[in-house]
Amino acid sequence: MDLLGAADTIIQGVLLGSLYALFALGLSLMFGVMRLVNTAHGDLIILAGFCGVFLNQVFGVGPFTTMLAVVPLAFALGYVVQRTVLNRTLSRNPLPSLVVTFGISIVIQNLLLELFSADTRSLAAGGLEARSIEIVPGLAVGVLPVIVLAVALATSAGFQWLFGRTRLGRAFRATSDDGEAASLVGIDNHHVFALATALAIGVLGIAGIFQAMRTTISPTDGPAQLIYAFESVIIGGMGSFWGTFLGGLILGISQAIGFRVNPGWGILVGHLVFVAVLVVRPMGLFPKTAA
Amino acid sequence: MAELLRTRALSAFYGDFQALFGIDFFIEEAQTVAIIGANGAGKSTFLKCLTGLLPCPKEAITWDGRAVGGNPAHRLVAEGIAMVPEGRRLFASLSVEENLVIGAHTRRHGPFTLERVYALFPALRERRRLAATALSGGQQQMVAIGRALMANPRLLICDELSLGLAPLVIAEIYEALAKITSEGMTSILVEQDVAAARAHSQRLYCFQEGRVALTGSSSETTMEQISLAYFGV
Repeated sequence: MDLLGAADTIIQGVLLGSLYALFALGLSLMFGVMRLVNTAHGDLIILAGFCGVFLNQVFGVGPFTTMLAVVPLAFALGYVVQRTVLNRTLSRNPLPSLVVTFGISIVIQNLLLELFSADTRSLAAGGLEARSIEIVPGLAVGVLPVIVLAVALATSAGFQWLFGRTRLGRAFRATSDDGEAASLVGIDNHHVFALATALAIGVLGIAGIFQAMRTTISPTDGPAQLIYAFESVIIGGMGSFWGTFLGGLILGISQAIGFRVNPGWGILVGHLVFVAVLVVRPMGLFPKTAA
Repeated sequence: MAELLRTRALSAFYGDFQALFGIDFFIEEAQTVAIIGANGAGKSTFLKCLTGLLPCPKEAITWDGRAVGGNPAHRLVAEGIAMVPEGRRLFASLSVEENLVIGAHTRRHGPFTLERVYALFPALRERRRLAATALSGGQQQMVAIGRALMANPRLLICDELSLGLAPLVIAEIYEALAKITSEGMTSILVEQDVAAARAHSQRLYCFQEGRVALTGSSSETTMEQISLAYFGV
């Protein structure tokens, strides 16, 4: 492989991985605050994507404009689902929340199948998805993937700041440490959990639209996205959003290298790197350091 | 003095197990009341009811003239009931200062600020960037007290302040507490250390197997009466 080709592979991997990072941040937040693994996470990405497709077809608005509606909707959905359903499943036993989010996943998939059929859809971004910038002759990056990278960076920084520096972030960490002691300083755990999920799902409002712009989506695509998000979190290590971001990049680069070697191997190489990290460093590559 | 809190025939259960059998208790403003008793006498259960961690009938607890039994803990903190929990229960992923600041989560107004707490416990100021768990036991207890004070409570409940601490450290903690209560803070002290409990309170209750076995003025109650009520021979 020549130098230019290698650089291209890495860059494409970083750009792909930044989308995975955007998928993974919410998963990381929910696990960090509530020890809750949301198995409907991938389906919520696809649901957000379809919301964008719907708004685009019915009202003719562009993909970035749809985010103005989809993000608040996703935020509200996250709050309500946590407050009314998921809070009841939280206990020392992780099984009830797994079963319930798995159920939500099935409900979303079937709802989308019912409403949109099994056809694949996509969001047209007025040619933006095809535009690219040439860095050096023979090496170009797409404009849309660069936007995704910028958003993923900003979201990671935002989450890290929120978690480490704000009143809500302190409440997140305190509730995660000791929920009962948190209630004794006046924190309403149920409200704090609902805000965590609202933020996690709110980000998917952006991520889902990006996914629909970048490629096609179909109602049953969710579980695959969940796996990528989950692998990003595990590779990066729990408890740090920059770790999750880097985990996403590593997964993306691994897949890009795999695709380079053989177009059928990309996803597989990603999974192999994930397994290798689990074997060698089960705590992840960038586990939590002192805040 | 005006009555701040009263319980009437307060009973509490863990599932089918009854832990409290009709506790009648009251505390007046600016008073310090001690609750003593052996392990399993129901002291901690009683505090769990007062702070809203354990459900109980609404009418069983009156706070400032209103029935508040069974209200959730976070709402009672906003009403002005703060507790220094047994074993301190500091937040491990928060720094010393963050542990104090989070005490003010409800944004109640009052005299206690970060500065006031550091003035009360100077040892904490120079350690404010450390993880709370990196401190000694006594300093952790200071953080726990400071965290409760940051809520600017009208009632400060202290559960087993002396537990696991060296005598010198206990004396230091109680000295700080005396300073706080002398400024008018109402406080409930739960203690295994009977001498400390008597010395720092005006009235005391001795619990035994979920009932009040003895109550009276701390200075007038004799050690004989206490040991009788304590062990229930």
